Amino acid sequence: MEFAELIKTPRVDNVVLHRPFYPAVEGTLCLTGHHLILSSRQDNTEELWLLHSNIDAIDKRFVGSLGTIIIKCKDFRIIQLDIPGMEECLNIASSIEALSTLDSVTLMYPFFYRPMFEVIEDGWHSFLPEQEFELYSSATSDWRLSYVNKEFAVCPSYPPIVIVPKSIDDEALRKVATFRHGGRFPVLSYYHKKNGMVIMRSGQPLTGTNGRRCKEDEKLINATLRAGKRGYIIDTRSLNVAQQARAKGGGFEQEAHYPQWRRIHKSIERYHILQDSLIKLVEACNDQTHNMDRWLSKLEASNWLTHVKEILTTACLAAQCIDREGASVLIHGAEGTDSTLQAASLAQIILEPRSRTVRGFEALIEREWLQAGHPFQQRCAQSAYCSSKQKWEAPVFLLFLDCVWQILRQFPCSFEFNEHFLIMLFEHAYASQFGTFLGNNESERCKLKLQQKTMSLWSWVNRPSELSKFANPLFEANNLVIWPSVAPQSLQLWEGIFLRWNRSSKYVDEAYEEMVNIIEYNRELQAKVNILRRQLAELETEDGLRESP
Amino acid sequence: MEHIRTTKVEQVKLLDRFSTSNKSLTGTLYLTATHLLFIDSHQKETWILHHHIASVEKLALTTSGCPLVIQCKNFRIVHFIVPRERDCHDIYNSLLQLSKQAKYEDLYAFSYNPKQNDSERLQGWQLIDLAEEYKRMGVPNPHWQLSDANREYKICETYPRELYVPRIASKPIIVGSSKFRSKGRFPVLSYYHQEKEAAICRCSQPLSGFSARCLEDEHLLQAISKANPVNRYMYVVDTRPKLNAMANRAAGKGYENEDNYSNIRFQFVGIENIHVMRSSLQKLLEVNGTKGLSVNDFYSGLENSGWLRHIKAVMDAAIFLAKAIMVENASVLVHCSDGWDRTSQVCSLGSLLLDSYYRTIKGFMVLIEKDWISFGHKFSERCGHLDGDPKEVSPVFTQFLECVWHLTEQFPQAFEFNEAFLLQIHEHIHSCQFGNFLGNCQKEREELKLKEKTYSLWPFLLDDLKKYLNPLYSSKSQRFTVLEPNTVSFNFKFWRNMYHQFDRTLHPRQSVFNIIMNMNEQNKQLEKDIQDLESKIKQCKNKQSDGVLTKELLHSVHPESSALKTSLCLKEQTLLPVNDALRTIEGSNPADNRYCDYTEEFSKAEPGVVSLEYGVARMTC
Repeated sequence: MEFAELIKTPRVDNVVLHRPFYPAVEGTLCLTGHHLILSSRQDNTEELWLLHSNIDAIDKRFVGSLGTIIIKCKDFRIIQLDIPGMEECLNIASSIEALSTLDSVTLMYPFFYRPMFEVIEDGWHSFLPEQEFELYSSATSDWRLSYVNKEFAVCPSYPPIVIVPKSIDDEALRKVATFRHGGRFPVLSYYHKKNGMVIMRSGQPLTGTNGRRCKEDEKLINATLRAGKRGYIIDTRSLNVAQQARAKGGGFEQEAHYPQWRRIHKSIERYHILQDSLIKLVEACNDQTHNMDRWLSKLEASNWLTHVKEILTTACLAAQCIDREGASVLIHGAEGTDSTLQAASLAQIILEPRSRTVRGFEALIEREWLQAGHPFQQRCAQSAYCSSKQKWEAPVFLLFLDCVWQILRQFPCSFEFNEHFLIMLFEHAYASQFGTFLGNNESERCKLKLQQKTMSLWSWVNRPSELSKFANPLFEANNLVIWPSVAPQSLQLWEGIFLRWNRSSKYVDEAYEEMVNIIEYNRELQAKVNILRRQLAELETEDGLRESP
Repeated sequence: MEHIRTTKVEQVKLLDRFSTSNKSLTGTLYLTATHLLFIDSHQKETWILHHHIASVEKLALTTSGCPLVIQCKNFRIVHFIVPRERDCHDIYNSLLQLSKQAKYEDLYAFSYNPKQNDSERLQGWQLIDLAEEYKRMGVPNPHWQLSDANREYKICETYPRELYVPRIASKPIIVGSSKFRSKGRFPVLSYYHQEKEAAICRCSQPLSGFSARCLEDEHLLQAISKANPVNRYMYVVDTRPKLNAMANRAAGKGYENEDNYSNIRFQFVGIENIHVMRSSLQKLLEVNGTKGLSVNDFYSGLENSGWLRHIKAVMDAAIFLAKAIMVENASVLVHCSDGWDRTSQVCSLGSLLLDSYYRTIKGFMVLIEKDWISFGHKFSERCGHLDGDPKEVSPVFTQFLECVWHLTEQFPQAFEFNEAFLLQIHEHIHSCQFGNFLGNCQKEREELKLKEKTYSLWPFLLDDLKKYLNPLYSSKSQRFTVLEPNTVSFNFKFWRNMYHQFDRTLHPRQSVFNIIMNMNEQNKQLEKDIQDLESKIKQCKNKQSDGVLTKELLHSVHPESSALKTSLCLKEQTLLPVNDALRTIEGSNPADNRYCDYTEEFSKAEPGVVSLEYGVARMTC
């Protein structure tokens, strides 16, 4: 298929662009295979350069022959284009619609994108499982790398290499895989060096209604316990939901078969409940006419912050089991690809200082989200403005980022990166020129040959010029476990995401700049004092030498 | 002291306000003439001023003792368990007496002694000079003059002696108008905008009933509008909801009839009365105090309390004022019923938006002295300083502080002071430690001889200036840089640092603000160090060059020279490790947080075989 077939009108003059907090601009609108571009042709600058894949929904309306297209983006921005001529407007609208909903992944922009920057480090090889495992292997020999899933045959949503207890052989893993949802047998997610406790994650056990059991499964997870110690299974579903899952062949670990484990049920929502929540929240944030009561009741009704609180609480609970109770944890929900990953990865943010650095956080995203098989392509296909509701669309990753932001707010000096880093990840998860977030799991990515055909997001981000934008000037490495407050009074609406296009942040941005200036000035002064002190010391010794003979 | 029967109780438990378990600290409770003091086993002291106590409650006896719950006006809530009921009863009775004094003379300010002599004290009181402030605004001038009509408090007891009125308003007009205004509070100048030559004036409601009119009052309003050479039209802003104002007509009060006054535009802005505000805050505090509060209950509670709606209403009214002056160049007359609550809020906030002076530390003190203290905001009644009518208590001034806080959030660089300054002022409107906020009007304050018997708060705040400075303040802004806040609902947030100021666990564990504040201080010190070092180096060099050949001078090392940088391989010295201490995390303990209640579950001895469903239910509840 040629993009040209979809572009009926590639160019329209005298189009007016309206954006919040900017004056309207008149210019020429161009459609390319992957971008919508508006240029006023003054100083050769483009006023708008928008990826079609960032478009979530469009509305069109006409007043006489003047057409208006309202473009709603996946990053929640809303812009308006006034296009003279009904036919042009209709053409543009239908082209945008077609180009923003391409069926085939291989037609997406990452497959066409030619980077203009020099690649210093190929991001596709930045976070290899073997390297990650080396970080642990110095501390423990209880775990091993398993290549049982090399051909993605045991578990289609797992990566080829996983970390499992050393005492469990690949044959046992194959058996366990048949007992766990989607073949997702328990694997190591995090090793707490301080006390050797671990977080494992998996899919739900397929016990069904007649209480099927699997000796290898029991053996596998028991292998992670020390003699006489108990562990905790954190099921991210309520007991009720977990019980209902039995009727569909799923279920939960029966106490009789797992006597060394204590099960705790939490209730993290999934799928359309989260999607509805996002839609309601964005709707509330976009309506500036709400009076106070209406705003507060809409904010409440969206339930967004309730989800944030639930997820954070579960993560804190897991972290507490590890760090305070000295007990290992197995986390799963049903599939083990959503709430499981939220809880497991946030627990690491709390426990592990490395995951609060730029590299460490990237590694976490790579390991606990991309390789762990969070279906990004399904979950992030649409955002808050889409009307065609699909069961698999859900802002699971955005909720995770929101939770990280909440912790960042409470511990503003403990993260190497700033809020913009999180916002950037949100944007790229939904629409990007890079291949990183394409596909639903490693198996799909392999088939798409993303490593050969597209550029990794990390190749771009991990260059000094980009990294400096995401650096937190207040960062000072903090080796402690950080316990956030999950009280409703302590949680806040993430304005940088949800109010980003709805209010001017000029004064707040200026204040932030001033803060950075103070910090930089402090560093300069410290350096200067050091130099002067040394100089003085030298002069004084010289003096001493001269006087002594 | 006659109220104190027990001065010391041991083995008292202080419960965590939010924990659903009975986590507590054990310590000793002391009762002094002015404070309640709790010292826990870690020797940490909790001081509670008797005047800060809003209510004391003795709950039903439990197995561990008798619970005593104390709610404070600064939003601290403490929950003690006293082992013996007898002791609890004694303390309860003492606190009831001590927290509600019958006479001003028994308040803390009259016994507080900061070891200053009389002249220092007097100087303290002279720090804020309102005559000076009117001069700064640019009055008197050809249009406005000082009136001596109220010199002896003859016309209006609740106004100050010195009042500014239009030059063309004669004394009979003033007297006539005052008779037509509730409590005699006739229209006077609150703020004069020198650049626009427009004024903010304030008064109380007219006694118009359904049809009464008063020519003098009409003249006085006309005089105000004529005092504005640019725009003859003036706004009359009634800050009450229209319904309330109409109801007042039946009692012979009411609002201005536009037909009777020439050149006025009448406007209601709909701020609720003190009773609505009191119960609104009450509801807010009830929600916040709930243990195990859910997000939904928090937001629906916030909504039902109406608190943020009221804050927005006050802010919108102030913006209306600022716009009238900036955009239309029109003068504004503001009133509510008696003109000492909502009127004070709106006039002071409006001036703060218009004039950057009020956003400085000194200027903010002046603003409070002018629009609140001197114009007769009834601090003693609104704050419940004495045992009086609980229906007179209302958080009107707290709302003003909250509005200012919202402005500091939207304009982080516009204010010289920081949040701590607002919180400290709030602390002292209730503390009765200083004389400024005692009494309900200037006349009463003079009768109490406060300037002789008590101290002023302001010099004490200035002594601690460093604590209250905003490190991001940009002082470059012009005097008449107007603030234009955005009052979209989502810009109003719950002020956690005020209403939970003593609930440490709810706040961020690292404060960016404190770090920047300290860094700013450190920078000043470093600048000084650099100067010192440079002069020492210079001395050193001079000393050397005195004795050494001039040739060496040519090779003298300049601080910036690369020769120096490369030649030095001394180890970097670490300087002033202030930041490290600051960055350490306070209270980083899961037990401090809301999910902590699982700890109890963990620590329970587990029975050999737990019934599955039971165990699960326990862990998920």
